[in-house]
Amino acid sequence: MGGAITVFRRELAGYFATPVAYVFIVIFLVMAGALTFTVGNFFARGQADLTPFFTFVPWLFLFLVPALTMRLWAEERRLGTIELLLTLPIAQWQAVLGKFLAAWAFCGIALALTFPLVITVNVLGNPDNGVILTGYLGCMMVAGAFLAVGAAISAMTKNQVIAFVLAVAACFFLTAAGSPVVTEFLSKRIPLLADLARAISITDRLNGFTRGVIAARDFVFFASFMAFFLFANTIAIDQRKAD
Amino acid sequence: MTALIEIERLTKRFGAFTAVDDVSFSVAKGEVVGFLGPNGAGKSTTMRMLAGFMTPTSGTARICGDDVVDRPVAAKRHLGFLPEGAPTYPEMTVTGFLQFCGRARGFHGGELADRVAKAMALTQLEGVRLQPVETLSKGFKRRVGLAAALLHDPAVLVLDEPTDGLDPNQKHDVRNLILAMAPEKAIVISTHILEEVGAVCSRAVVIARGRVVADETPAQLAARGPSMDAVFRTLTLGKQEAA
Repeated sequence: MGGAITVFRRELAGYFATPVAYVFIVIFLVMAGALTFTVGNFFARGQADLTPFFTFVPWLFLFLVPALTMRLWAEERRLGTIELLLTLPIAQWQAVLGKFLAAWAFCGIALALTFPLVITVNVLGNPDNGVILTGYLGCMMVAGAFLAVGAAISAMTKNQVIAFVLAVAACFFLTAAGSPVVTEFLSKRIPLLADLARAISITDRLNGFTRGVIAARDFVFFASFMAFFLFANTIAIDQRKAD
Repeated sequence: MTALIEIERLTKRFGAFTAVDDVSFSVAKGEVVGFLGPNGAGKSTTMRMLAGFMTPTSGTARICGDDVVDRPVAAKRHLGFLPEGAPTYPEMTVTGFLQFCGRARGFHGGELADRVAKAMALTQLEGVRLQPVETLSKGFKRRVGLAAALLHDPAVLVLDEPTDGLDPNQKHDVRNLILAMAPEKAIVISTHILEEVGAVCSRAVVIARGRVVADETPAQLAARGPSMDAVFRTLTLGKQEAA
C-alpha cells in the first residue's frame, strides 16, 4: 500500500504544480454555477434542494474527467517516465491505484468547492442536508466511474487526443444510456437493448443518490465498475508497458 | 565470486523481429561491464528486461538471486536503473523528484532526507535542488536521473548511456563516480563511446543484431585488431562489410 500512497501524493501535488488544477476547477465551478442558476431554474423552482446542480454534474464530468485522465498514462509514455515509475520497487496495481485515487481526490476537491451552493440553499430555505450529502456521494461515484474508464483508455494509447476522444465517447455512452430520449427510442424498437441501456446507465443510479437513497445495488454497481476498469488498466499497463 | 546479475538465455521478439536473441552473461561484484553495440542492436531492450520494465519472450534474469519475472518487486529493490534519456517528471523540483523516488523505495523522515542529500552531493546537484527539472540543462537532467538511481545505494547498477549529452568535464566526473563505486557493486553501462570502455570498464560485452558477439576484457578486445574502432566494426558489421 505504501507504493500507492507515494504515487498518490506525487500525482495530487502534480495537479497543483501545473495550471491543470486551476483551469479544471475554475471551469468546473463556473459551468456548474451557471448551469444550475440558468438552465436549472434554481430560483424559479422554488424548492430548497440541489437537484438542478446534481443533474448537470455528470454532463460536466463527461468532458472534464477525460481531460484529467487523458494524460494519466499517455503522458508517462510520452515523457518516458513510465520506465522510471515501473522500475521502482512498487507493484503495477499500486501505481494504477495511486494515480486513480489522486485523480478521484482531485475531483473531490473540485466538488467540495461548490459549497457556496449548499450555503445558498440553506440560507434561502430548509433543505434536507442528508439528501444533499448523498447527492454529493453520488457525484463522487460518477466521477470515480468516469475516471476508471478514462484511465484504462489512457493506458492503451500514447496519444492524448485519442485518449480524450475515446474517454468522452465512453462517458457519453454511460450518461446518455439512461436518458429518456435513448430509453424511449430503444423500448419502442428493441426492448431488450432498452433494459441493457438502463442497466449500465449511471444517470439513473445517480438519481437514486440525489433523492437521498443509497441502494446497495447502486453501490455495488459503482464499486464493481471501478474495480473492473482498474483491473483492465493494470492488465493494459502490464501488456503494453514499453509501447 | 558470486554473480549479482545473472542473465540467462534472454530473448525478446516483437512480432517477427527478434530484438534480443539468446543473450546470456553474468556480472559479479566489483565488475563494471560495458555493454556495447550499434544503435538498434538490442542494448536498451536487454537493459529494460533486466530492470523488469519489459517482459522477456523467453529466458530470464536474476538480480541478487531474485528473478525479474517471478519476483519483480524484490529484484527492483536491489537495482538502481537509469533509463535511456534519463526521464524525469518535468514539473517537480530536483528535491521533490528525489524524495518521490526515495519514498517509493520505502525511506521516510530523517533517513529520506539523508539519502537525498547524499545522492545530490555525489552528483553535484545541490546548487539546483529547488529548481523544477524542466528548467535544467541536459547534463543536469542526466545527473538527476543518476542521483535517483544511486539514492538507495543499490548492489546492482544498470545505466543506459549515463554519459550521453554530457560535456567532457561532466563525463569525467561521472566516470570517476562509477569507478569509485565499482568495488562495492555490479555495474552495467551501455555506451557507444569506445574510449569509455577502456576508461571505466573491466569487461566489455559486444552485442550486434540481438546476439552477443564478444565478451572479454577491453584489452583483449583492443588486441583483436589495429584499433578499437576497427574491432568494433568487424564485430558488429560482419567481416566482409568491414574490410
